[in-house]
Amino acid sequence: MTATPETRARITQILAAQALRDPQELTPQTTLDALGIDSLGMAEILFAIEEGFDITVPFNANTPEAAGLDLESVGGICDGVQRLIDAKQG
Amino acid sequence: MRRVAITGAGSVNALAADVPGTMSALAAGQVGIGPLDVPEVERLSIRIGAQIHDWDAEARFSRQEIALYDRATQFAVEAGAQACAAAGLALTEAETLRAGVILGTGGGGYTTIDESYRAVYPGGRNRVHPFTIPRLMHSAAAAHLAMRHGLKGPSFTVSTACASSNHAMGLAFQMVRSGAAEVILTGGAEATLCFGGIKAWEGLRVMSPDGCRPFCATRNGLVQGEGAAVFVFEDYDRARARGAEIIAEVAGFSMTSDAGDIVAPDLDGARRAISGALDDARLSPDDIQYINAHGTATAANDRTEVEALRQVFGDRLPPVSSTKSMHGHLIGATGAVEALACIMALRDGIIAPTMGYRQADAACAIDCVPNEARRAQVGAALSNAFAFGGMNACLAFRRA
Repeated sequence: MTATPETRARITQILAAQALRDPQELTPQTTLDALGIDSLGMAEILFAIEEGFDITVPFNANTPEAAGLDLESVGGICDGVQRLIDAKQG
Repeated sequence: MRRVAITGAGSVNALAADVPGTMSALAAGQVGIGPLDVPEVERLSIRIGAQIHDWDAEARFSRQEIALYDRATQFAVEAGAQACAAAGLALTEAETLRAGVILGTGGGGYTTIDESYRAVYPGGRNRVHPFTIPRLMHSAAAAHLAMRHGLKGPSFTVSTACASSNHAMGLAFQMVRSGAAEVILTGGAEATLCFGGIKAWEGLRVMSPDGCRPFCATRNGLVQGEGAAVFVFEDYDRARARGAEIIAEVAGFSMTSDAGDIVAPDLDGARRAISGALDDARLSPDDIQYINAHGTATAANDRTEVEALRQVFGDRLPPVSSTKSMHGHLIGATGAVEALACIMALRDGIIAPTMGYRQADAACAIDCVPNEARRAQVGAALSNAFAFGGMNACLAFRRA
């Protein structure tokens, strides 16, 4: 599922704020590593996403792969969150 | 330099409400982790813990005491009473001036805070109980132990998250060893298994939804517990002179700071604390026959802890177990309960297992005493605590 432009814009905003970057610098291919986001930064990002979209992201830092989400790149996060939003709206 | 004896122990935790019960449970590999029973548990994503379910405060304390005793203080008071009774402490008035209390806690009166917020925010109440402050302060448990047992020397509480009680016991050890005190009641107490306590931890995404499996390839996080353990640390010669039973000797202590990340563990900080405790105890790695790991069952802690142990012990690493798999992670009281596993190994020759172990993890290639206790002659043991904040505290114990 590809993220809608609105989802993409809001998530890019959240990620850019966390990384102290201009949202325009972020592309779907930008990795969180490249943005210098560590495990605490990831916890804050997921908090902002869950609060902003009223969804629950099933992410455990001990088993990151278990969530079935690509949380490594901007595009991956946007698409994964879109799936969670769509699933919630059923 | 003076030597430091442990002459009494007491505990309340999810496994048992006393020391013999706790040790039998540790030896039997009983797991005290189960469904959490807290108000609004349905709003939590983490619903398990090592909770004390049959705690009847009304049966144990007077109404006036309950007004002042948070759940954590109640656990500390009970553990302290058991420890003093076991030690047969009967101090003269002069001796009470050189006896004190040093406890660790991470959250202090967390349940009192949680209930008070609940009353004034969603509850819309305009006042909270007048003793809210003396009930929630971190030093409350230490103060009540000093009051109940008439200990008039140095008393205070230290709070270093998950290393709190190891720091407390380490300081108690240093004070008795230096002669600054003759007797110190020490250990830790914690009771954060309330809605707010779990909810706050959920955000870090490091807790397991289904169990604590330290060093296992399937591990997926920590499981919180609650309770207290309190010990009587006493000048060794004094203990001998009065004919007290010495259940173990505290041999060494070391504390280090990572000065790095606020939550991520650091290999070098852990390594320095481990080797520092050995040096302080004048023990060599070969002298240690059991290590009670910090072993939280998070991906990062266990991997880092194993690497730190490898750097100190090389290929002669003794058995290492994490008893958090049974009593849970008691945060600021965890090192105190884990000291019981060290005492059991030293005194009774039983090494407590790491329960929940299913599958080897190449990053944790150690003998973690999986799923079954083991008999062994243990002359010296080490207990690790590596806390958020990068504050590390390791204790070395020796057979009495």
